Amino acid sequence: MSGREAILGKVRKSLGGGPNDAARMVAVEARLAKAPKGVIPERGQLDEKARRKLFVAMAERVSATVRQVKSYDDVPKAVAEYLRSRNLPAAIRVGADKRLAKMPWATQKALSIKHGASDGDDEAGVSHAFGAIAESGTLALTSGGDNPTTINFLPEHHIVVLDAKDVAGDMETVLAKVRRQFGKGEMPRTLNFITGPSRSGDIEQKLLLGAHGPRALHIIMVGG
Amino acid sequence: MNDQTPFRPRVGLFVTCLVDLFRPTIGFAAVKLIEEAGCTVEVPSAQTCCGQPAYNSGDRADTKAIAKNTIQAFEEYDYIVAPSGSCAGMLKKHYPALFKGDAKWEARATDFAGKVHELVSFLVDVRGMQSVAARFDGQVTYHDSCSGLRELGVRAQPRALLSTVEGLKLKELKEADVCCGFGGTFCVKYPDISNGIVEKKTERIEETGAATLLAGDLGCLMNMAGKLKREGSAVETRHVAEVLAGMTDGPPIGGRG
Amino acid sequence: MEITSPRFKQNAREALADPQLQKAMGNVRSGFIDKRQAAVEALPEFDALRDNARAIKDHALSNLDLYLEAYEAKVRAAGGFVHWAETAEDARTVILDICRAAGARTVTKGKSMITEEIGLNEFFEKNGVKPVETDLGEYIIQLRGEHPSHIIAPAVHLNKEQVEADFRRVHDHLPASRDLSEPEALLGEARRVLRAAYFDADVGITGANFLVAETGSSIIVTNEGNGDLTQILPKVHIVLASLEKIVPTLEDAAQILRVLARSATGQDMSVYTTVSTGPRRLDDPDGPEEYHVVLLDNGRSSMLGTEFQDMLRCIRCGACMNHCPVYHEIGGHAYGWVYPGPMGAVLTPALIGVDKAGHLPNASTFCGRCEAVCPMRIPLPKMMRHWREREFERGLNPATARGGLKLWAFFAKRPWLYRLTTSMAIPVLSLFGGRKGRFRFLPLAGGWTRHRDLPAPESRTFMQQWRGREALKQETGGKQGAAR
Repeated sequence: MSGREAILGKVRKSLGGGPNDAARMVAVEARLAKAPKGVIPERGQLDEKARRKLFVAMAERVSATVRQVKSYDDVPKAVAEYLRSRNLPAAIRVGADKRLAKMPWATQKALSIKHGASDGDDEAGVSHAFGAIAESGTLALTSGGDNPTTINFLPEHHIVVLDAKDVAGDMETVLAKVRRQFGKGEMPRTLNFITGPSRSGDIEQKLLLGAHGPRALHIIMVGG
Repeated sequence: MNDQTPFRPRVGLFVTCLVDLFRPTIGFAAVKLIEEAGCTVEVPSAQTCCGQPAYNSGDRADTKAIAKNTIQAFEEYDYIVAPSGSCAGMLKKHYPALFKGDAKWEARATDFAGKVHELVSFLVDVRGMQSVAARFDGQVTYHDSCSGLRELGVRAQPRALLSTVEGLKLKELKEADVCCGFGGTFCVKYPDISNGIVEKKTERIEETGAATLLAGDLGCLMNMAGKLKREGSAVETRHVAEVLAGMTDGPPIGGRG
Repeated sequence: MEITSPRFKQNAREALADPQLQKAMGNVRSGFIDKRQAAVEALPEFDALRDNARAIKDHALSNLDLYLEAYEAKVRAAGGFVHWAETAEDARTVILDICRAAGARTVTKGKSMITEEIGLNEFFEKNGVKPVETDLGEYIIQLRGEHPSHIIAPAVHLNKEQVEADFRRVHDHLPASRDLSEPEALLGEARRVLRAAYFDADVGITGANFLVAETGSSIIVTNEGNGDLTQILPKVHIVLASLEKIVPTLEDAAQILRVLARSATGQDMSVYTTVSTGPRRLDDPDGPEEYHVVLLDNGRSSMLGTEFQDMLRCIRCGACMNHCPVYHEIGGHAYGWVYPGPMGAVLTPALIGVDKAGHLPNASTFCGRCEAVCPMRIPLPKMMRHWREREFERGLNPATARGGLKLWAFFAKRPWLYRLTTSMAIPVLSLFGGRKGRFRFLPLAGGWTRHRDLPAPESRTFMQQWRGREALKQETGGKQGAAR
């Protein structure tokens, strides 16, 4: 603990305050407790319909593809069609998400489904999004058995099912939902915000898709 | 004098050391323009330099001494005007910062700074000048000097007045907001880097096809003119005030040919 | 890493004479600036967000001790470990200990400037641990035995032909006949090679863009996804972050995220923004079993409360260097240590000493473009000037420059003497300038005339002419008065 005390001591000395500086403590505790929102851009502050439309437009701008379907029942077919359209084998990796599990996968007889975390050999993985942000076309995904984080990164193609009701205007709304679901100050092991497929501009500043993560991000938006 | 005579503000002209020494024409052009804008111009003889060479070399003591001289020499005027964004920026933005916490001088420096203006923005923003009675035949391009642009917001004003000069056509310079590489003592402390920067600037200038390069700061102009001349370019270089005042009979900066 | 900042001038000359580098730097000038501009213009609240981002960091820095304690408590509550490292050496030692305990032979790394700062790769190699950089740019420069030349685009100084040559040299198990002429092919090859490395690694090390006190989370922001693979696949995840990465809440991070990617690459959001909290949970099928955070001070606590505190707001977006005319000329390596460009010119003297890094804050034209684009509104030129003041106080600048300055100041402080001297010297200089009106060479002005002509003075000084004019006016004015 010597490093700890030395560093904190130096910080306090430089700041010119004592460790029991009551006013600072109050300010810090208040901020941690209230987590005030700052400037929220107008861009995403829209009614439900316009918000979903904006999400689709923003996601497509960052090279994601979006398919809208009426209900969860339509998802397996949409997944199969996506795989066919990309000449991919009829195989997917999924976690234990109940919403995904309830879908009529049996209608897609040719489709083989592996469960659990990805081992790196999957061409396509399917996740269910925790939420989405219209302002930037961003998906939010949480880790766990339902939607293992490896599925977000290892497959060449990442297919994300999104309930249109979960499209928020801004990141702050998604964060509030994380707090509601996991508890104040508690988090899933990993919260991924994903905005388009993986890319790199490291060679001559030329932007290329598919660096280390998925080459393609396909969003199936349900309802709305 | 009768009561109908409009109030003529007294302007103290801060000539700037470079204009004083190298190009008095700019000073006289400034005087003419400020008078046309309905002001009386005086030139206090107790001025030398704004102090940037010392300030930017980390020499605060000498900078303060020079700043005090300048403030004393000019604080009686209604306005203090300089034909340079860099020097005006020094007087307006950095003098108050220099005396921060100094009981005797901070307020004085702040009052003084409130009256300081770069020439062209003074004409347009303070005096409401909308046009000039000048003629200049040909295509010109304009470089936005850094301090004027970023410290004082001088961008639209010179363009507005230039658009009223008869016969003049402005060809915008690509990357007009990028430094020319002068940087005061920088250009002699790091001549090779400075050269690399000004080479790109002259390339951009040549691209415009304009015959004349204008800007509002003599330091930058001498740097760009010096490089253009060394490269054998036919582009001529002048301070924007010379054109606005119609005082372009003499040779350009760095001479003809 | 070896510090070459003291020979900055020579580094710069070599860089200016390097055609490959000059070609590559063209990509910086054309690549980043327009994209940033477009992204900023598309968000009307951008400046308001900048103001708030600054306020958040100022608040966090003013209460850094308290937020660090709150953060530490949350990391522990989530099952993670926090290690406090006062110096680079402390950080290296604790990281090696963690790796040894995990029996690590191979370590994957996400992009992290802090690991460069502590010289982690060299240290690992000396101690028998193999570090594998996974960010494409970092991977390329690791193959070359170089260091990053840019904080977000480490290989920005290279052209694709150079990368191709390196891949052919190092990936010698692949057929020589393969086509690597296009960046796509190079990226594909790196992806395949590094995939294996992710699975082989025992430990993954990342930096952090933010540490969140409210939740004990570390946040990384990447485009490639390499940082995520680095931290979810190995058994152990180590986050190395400096103290000032702390923000109070997730909402605060969300504010700063909105200015980060826009300033860096012109994206609204980077592709992957990942919030990590502790090790894998009981029901997690993936993720690391151990989660360690190494908090590095290495000089930062001494910047607090000084005129350099504002520098600790820096979020490492790189906008300052992307817009710096000096950086554009010489690239990042010439600065001679980890951090280049304007942010490096301020930070480097604080971390390695102004006696070694004295050139950096001097090699600026004070054009102010860096401050104009800085999302955290860090007054970079002002702080460079503060360093010049420290150098001046300590007499670190060269004697000739100092002498010249003092001589000039002597005159500048005495207007009458200044006037007398200049009114004698200037007409002479004007005369020597001759009909051409300029000098190709002038004694004592070699710094100027090496590369450009010096315009000669027009004639007499303005003040001489003005006094003459005023005197004449008074004379004629007086006569008119007498005639009336």
